[in-house]
Amino acid sequence: MRSRWSYVYFLFYLALGFVLLFLNNDLSKAVITLMNVIIVLVPLISTIFGVMYFYNSKEFTELLLAQPLKRSSIFLGQYLGVAGSLTLSLVLGLGIPFVLYGLFKSDTIWDFSLLLITGAFLTFIFAALAFNIAISNENKIKGFGYAVLLWLFLAVIYDGLFLMSLILFEEYPLDSFSLAAIMFNPIDLSRTLILLKLDISALLGYTGAIFNQFFGTYTGLTVSITTLILWTVLPIWRLAYKARRKDF
Amino acid sequence: MIQIENLYKKFGKNQVLSNLDLDIHGNGIFAVLGPNGSGKTTLIKCILGMVVPSSGEIQVQGNTIKRNWKYRREINYLPQIANFPGNLKVKELIRMIKDLRQMDSKEEDLIRLFALDTFLDKKLSTLSGGTKQKVNIVLTFMFDSPLIILDEPTTGLDPGSLIKLKELLLREKNKGKTILITTHIMQFVEEMSDEIVYLLEGNIFFKGNVEQLKAKTNQTDFEHAIAAIATQTSDA
Repeated sequence: MRSRWSYVYFLFYLALGFVLLFLNNDLSKAVITLMNVIIVLVPLISTIFGVMYFYNSKEFTELLLAQPLKRSSIFLGQYLGVAGSLTLSLVLGLGIPFVLYGLFKSDTIWDFSLLLITGAFLTFIFAALAFNIAISNENKIKGFGYAVLLWLFLAVIYDGLFLMSLILFEEYPLDSFSLAAIMFNPIDLSRTLILLKLDISALLGYTGAIFNQFFGTYTGLTVSITTLILWTVLPIWRLAYKARRKDF
Repeated sequence: MIQIENLYKKFGKNQVLSNLDLDIHGNGIFAVLGPNGSGKTTLIKCILGMVVPSSGEIQVQGNTIKRNWKYRREINYLPQIANFPGNLKVKELIRMIKDLRQMDSKEEDLIRLFALDTFLDKKLSTLSGGTKQKVNIVLTFMFDSPLIILDEPTTGLDPGSLIKLKELLLREKNKGKTILITTHIMQFVEEMSDEIVYLLEGNIFFKGNVEQLKAKTNQTDFEHAIAAIATQTSDA
């Protein structure tokens, strides 16, 4: 059952890759369009899949719990199964059309790999967040609700609040504030990272220059990758912690 | 075999088990009885480590079960409600559990005993309640472990299968195993059990054999004796 869905997901990306390449007729343009899709869609799909899988495999989990297995390995195994297969679908689904189009001969290969890496990070982050929500909520409907709200908040509302605060406090120097605000949202962080790598930061104006200064440097890249790793590790750690204490 | 000391478990505000001490030693069939909601399943899940006790100490074969999972190798457990992943076939489920346990198993005899051959290639979601319970029983008894825990094993079984289950239990008992059973069918208890543990409001109200229980409650009939416990305590 879970494999059937990851095939659908794979085919979706495969089709998306081909269509984008066909419409844009240019690798780097397709990468930009793809970024917008990945930034919004990958978190959504990972969240929904994560929550759905957790609730659907409840019976299976209970069966495993009575077996001589370590609790954390049961849950981490399920998590890695979901996040891993989603990542694989993403990488293969987008990779195949781009490789066929001649990715290896073009210079967008680094941009493209960064896109896939952030996509993978987003999958792992949001699947972990979804598992956390699901393990803390016995009620399926509630769990689904929270998960979708989380996605909506990070993908849409956060940006709105961010913009509003920028307008409200425009008299103050906001460089460090906006840098911090971007760090706290994995979606924003990924977006900024990709935009800067694509070298279209000029579009971002003055702020873009600051970001470029920060993210463009070696330190900036390290800091943002570390933040992404933290975003992945912390929810996984909490998942393992919760799993040890939960009653079934 | 199993030693429980000062076991407490609270679900939210609901105190399910309070200050429970229990010692189960030697082979035989131990029936855990009690009215609905007296904490039977919680007690069993505590022993299995599926429910984490609020406080208290549980030891299985001398090993404390806290933060330990290897002791479950010595336990076969039959859950109350047979919830299986519906997309698996019976055969696949059996193979998967065998993979997990890495032990010798004797599922062929059990499959023959409960006439499950024709169901092996069917998906679990298509099986009837009684057939699922038979699969459940096969999964529980196919490994050779010294401790067997059965939560309502008789649910949904037809009379023929019930007799087979009883024979199976006696055979396992004679191999020197410790068997823990919860059930609401008193006839089954009277016929099968060597010792009764009666739970009431999260504590052990009575522990002993059928004769002792009859003597204690001044009843000649076992079913009435059990019912008498409930009325005695509600009078008190």
